[in-house]
Amino acid sequence: MIRAERIEALKKIATQRILVLDGSWGVMIQRRDLDESDFRGERFAAYAGQLKGNNDILCLTRPDIITDLHDQYFGAGADISETNTFSSTLIAQDDYGLNEADVRDMNLAGAKLAREAADRWTAKEPHKPRFAAGSIGPLNKMLSMSSDVNDPGARLVTFDQVYEAYKEQVRALHEGGVDLFLIETITDTLNCKAAIKAVMDLQDEGYEPLPIWISGTITDRSGRTLSGQTAEAFWNSVKHAKPFAIGFNCALGADLMRPHIAELSRIADTLVAAYPNAGLPNAMGQYDEEPHETAHALSSWAAGGIVNIVGGCCGTTPDHIACVARDVTGVAPRQVPERPKAMRLAGLEPFELA
Amino acid sequence: MSRPVFVNIGERTNVTGSARFRKLIVEGDYAAALDVARQQVEAGAQVIDVNMDEGLLDSKKAMVTFLNLMAAEPDIARVPVMIDSSKWEVIEAGLKCVQGRSIVNSISLKEGEEKFIEQATLCLRYGAAVVVMAFDEQGQADTAARKIEICRRAYDVLVNMVGFPPEDIIFDPNIFAVATGIDEHNNYAVDFIEATRAIKAALPYARISGGVSNVSFSFRGNEPVRRAIHGVFLYHAIAAGMDMGIVNAGDLPVYDDIDPELRDAVEDVILNRTKNWSPTERLVELAPKYKGDKGVERVIDLKWRDAPVAERLAHALVHGITEFIDADTEEARQAAERPLHVIEGPLMDGMNVVGDLFGSGKMFLPQVVKSARVMKQAVAVLLPYMEAEKAGKPREFAGRILMATVKGDVHDIGKNIVGVVLQCNNFEVIDLGVMVPADRILDEAEKHKVDIVGLSGLITPSLDEMAFVAAEMERRGFSIPLLIGGATTSRTHTAVKIEPRYKRGSTTYVLDASRAVGVVSGLMSPGEKDRLQAETRADYEKVREQYARGQDTKKRTALPDARANHFAIDWQTPLPKPAFTGTRTFDNYDLKNIEKYIDWSPFFSSWELVGRYPQILEDDVVGAAARDLFKDAQAMLRKIVDDRWFTAKGVVGIWPANADGDDVIVWSDETRTAEAARFHTLRQQMSKSGDKANLALSDFIAPVGQGADFIGGFAVTAGHGEAEIVERFKAAGDDYSSIMASALADRLAEAFAEALHYRVRTELWGYASDETLYVERLIAEDYRGIRPAPGYPAQPDHTEKGTLFRLLDAEAQTGMQLTESYAMTPTAAVSGLYFGHPDSHYFGVGKIERDQVEDYARRKGWDLATAERWLAPILNYTPA
Repeated sequence: MIRAERIEALKKIATQRILVLDGSWGVMIQRRDLDESDFRGERFAAYAGQLKGNNDILCLTRPDIITDLHDQYFGAGADISETNTFSSTLIAQDDYGLNEADVRDMNLAGAKLAREAADRWTAKEPHKPRFAAGSIGPLNKMLSMSSDVNDPGARLVTFDQVYEAYKEQVRALHEGGVDLFLIETITDTLNCKAAIKAVMDLQDEGYEPLPIWISGTITDRSGRTLSGQTAEAFWNSVKHAKPFAIGFNCALGADLMRPHIAELSRIADTLVAAYPNAGLPNAMGQYDEEPHETAHALSSWAAGGIVNIVGGCCGTTPDHIACVARDVTGVAPRQVPERPKAMRLAGLEPFELA
Repeated sequence: MSRPVFVNIGERTNVTGSARFRKLIVEGDYAAALDVARQQVEAGAQVIDVNMDEGLLDSKKAMVTFLNLMAAEPDIARVPVMIDSSKWEVIEAGLKCVQGRSIVNSISLKEGEEKFIEQATLCLRYGAAVVVMAFDEQGQADTAARKIEICRRAYDVLVNMVGFPPEDIIFDPNIFAVATGIDEHNNYAVDFIEATRAIKAALPYARISGGVSNVSFSFRGNEPVRRAIHGVFLYHAIAAGMDMGIVNAGDLPVYDDIDPELRDAVEDVILNRTKNWSPTERLVELAPKYKGDKGVERVIDLKWRDAPVAERLAHALVHGITEFIDADTEEARQAAERPLHVIEGPLMDGMNVVGDLFGSGKMFLPQVVKSARVMKQAVAVLLPYMEAEKAGKPREFAGRILMATVKGDVHDIGKNIVGVVLQCNNFEVIDLGVMVPADRILDEAEKHKVDIVGLSGLITPSLDEMAFVAAEMERRGFSIPLLIGGATTSRTHTAVKIEPRYKRGSTTYVLDASRAVGVVSGLMSPGEKDRLQAETRADYEKVREQYARGQDTKKRTALPDARANHFAIDWQTPLPKPAFTGTRTFDNYDLKNIEKYIDWSPFFSSWELVGRYPQILEDDVVGAAARDLFKDAQAMLRKIVDDRWFTAKGVVGIWPANADGDDVIVWSDETRTAEAARFHTLRQQMSKSGDKANLALSDFIAPVGQGADFIGGFAVTAGHGEAEIVERFKAAGDDYSSIMASALADRLAEAFAEALHYRVRTELWGYASDETLYVERLIAEDYRGIRPAPGYPAQPDHTEKGTLFRLLDAEAQTGMQLTESYAMTPTAAVSGLYFGHPDSHYFGVGKIERDQVEDYARRKGWDLATAERWLAPILNYTPA
């Protein structure tokens, strides 16, 4: 299949069943107990400073591990696996002192590894095609929030810098062969809007348009994003991307995430996706939720008709995804509602002129 | 036809519209500039217009600085921004600063199609709606025909070439000044209004906006006349379809309130009505007469204005008049040695009069709350001066009271009323709001060194929480008085369950707001405190004894016997089949179709005015207060309905069902094989004489195998939007309006439930399709079928709401949620079950015995302790 056919297939499957995304990468990589030399590989052997903990660089230095993880998740029944490029932007990698060429190579390699794994599984199981989503994570520098308690107007980066960093990432992911973009764990909607514009502007350079999946993060019981928006305000602020899917991930376990997903389900005239954490972390920072518990929650949402795509975030493993995939089998996906035309704006809260 | 929605866009953060804002920005005083934005939002601006187009400024830098600062102010940033500039580079810089979805103001065809398309495409990619000026290569459109022509062309380019969503297009067909003395300008307002009408008709989904203050430009310096011009212009433009305008939010007169003489003159000018004289000249002649006074408001009797300032303050307080209070307070301040003396002197004197009148039954709650509004406004005038005198001693309050609605509960009308009444009597009130956990209440009580803690709650699970707070006060070593109030609380419950848990201090039940001042003053008085506490203690001791005696005598029927004596219905008669099964959502139900179902009697009782509507309006004692209150309520109700302050959402479900003992099985479908859910009901256990049955709600549903019966359920709210409105009034110090808004939201929710029940009976279930509508009959519940709510007498267990909400998918369908105590949010909400059988009727379960509690626990899958906790208010025994 060429990419246009794959995208066509993805959209068609979404009307027929619940799609399953993969689970956490962090916890799986952590389990490998890798040391500094694994992260450095040959390419960065002589590198000054520490690279341990920079998981994205493993796309270049330990591709075998990344491929194995894609395989584990596809093997567990995931339809979509994410590239290991959550932090592969120049701004995020600046913490490690990596340069533009390194970052571009990380994205290209990440996309290719996911592409190869997906294609291999599709060839093996043609009735269940697999897809590669280009992971675009948040930045540690935010556009809507002050970097200095004494100066609420202070910002460490500009919109243009964020835009450029994302532009480089999405260009390389596109060239590496991803089927769709997944802008995820969004803490600041303005950063996300820069990423959206970077994706939309790609078509001016002649790149074929790819579906966009936008996944925000409701950080706590306040029910708002870190930058202060409600779920509906968040949707209003990003809907111009005409996303393939909208949803939430991370920060919360399924129980606390449910009302926000239900809200999106009500207001969003596109697919709704959810991939919560495996509960909340315990005192040791570990996640205790068992695979069947995660699966029980997510499949009940599916049965309730409020989601189209489910998966896992922090603390979830191939076992979790296998349970989820099993439990949502045969469940009808949420019907995308048609919403009346209205001017919908947002500050931190939504505004609708019907 | 009703008046359509009109969106206020705040204009005061526009350097071209506000000299004060321009000065602040030029001087770099951004803190004060942010206050201007905040005031706009508080005054009701739904969108804020930010414009930095000023020759002396680096506009781009000012725009970025201001928007970044605004992002840090949640009370401002909650509304969308209109990024306003004639320079595209300033607009684009602004778009890079806002996380929300904004409006760009503006782009146009002024520099040709290519530029227009480029800028529109960018708006699409940044994600913004757009204002398009009626401006093309030839210039700005002045006549109606040119305005329409340009807007048509722009619409075509945007929708068909750029792919711009039509609902995100707003046209600004240019508002120009009238009454300039130049004849060509006379028709400018008419041109705008006509163009508005034509554009709305021809270009689907497009919106109309405009800068309103332009129209009155020739009357600069005469604000009353300018306001009148704006009011009249908007009245006609909105009727023609204008959707939004850049206006001074909070300073728009109501058309009907404008002095008729002035209004006629303005109307001639706006509508360019040809007369034998010149409308402009007439308005110019008339204008000075209205300059300097309010002009737009008619005042009937102003004799009291001649009295000395202290008397005027007292008059304003007693009559609830805010109109002159700023000036009068200022006058009193200048005469006083210190600003504090104005509060302690004339203002407190006035409030004492209010307190005396209230205490002697000559003033009523709504009037007192209005007085409080005047008091707050006066104090607000003095506050800056009091803060300025740093060395001065702070205001002395009669005491400091902490108030909170307990964890799990969201109701606060009553608590707010008590708070206002206490404030009127010079008590400082720290209100922690709703859903406040015990530890926070007590932490705050310690932090603020309060004198008294007051707890409020409306639903039965809150009773337990209050007892818990009392126990926590004991454990943490508090000894200050604890007050208990709210709809489900009672003297008996306070005496039996709360007071014994707090031995170090005293606990007092407060029946209503009118008792609050007496109780609090007594507890604060060194001379009376001990005596009062001792009296209360002795009284509660007696209550407990009585209660214990009552416990022994109330023998209950054993559960098997009660079941044998169930309510018998002959199930041979065929049951009507509903018109649909499953659920149906009613999103954004038109409030106009709800308001006629309002039952006004409870509205008056929420203000502690007792009597039935409409007789109460003619009541000898409270009639005058009731009439005033009703008038204000009607005025606010108009705004709620016409301006859509609240959104009503509801969901109704009807499902195949059969009774199984005291449970009701809800089937997944008509095959009646798979259970979708199970409602549990409770059975009366009081001893019954004659042929009276021991009722349970399940008696009204055909048992399994005895007919294809159905049960319905619903959850409705009229409270989406209420919190914002209430908060806005509170922030403006207007508790009267804030309580009014809450009370009306509650009424609308009840009315919505009534409206839907009517539709269920006549249409959706349809078992009473021949029923005719008489609201009086509805309120008297004179119809077939009932809609009991979990948590009320026929099924006192609130947790059944959880089952109901799941079946209805109420959270997703209506945005309603349940708290841990099963209170519904938004607060203005109703839910319940529908029973359609003609013999179904309301009843109270009353107290139940341990055998039923054990049985119920088994059916619910609970342990006994859990069942006893949820059923605590109806237990006929003391749990182990």
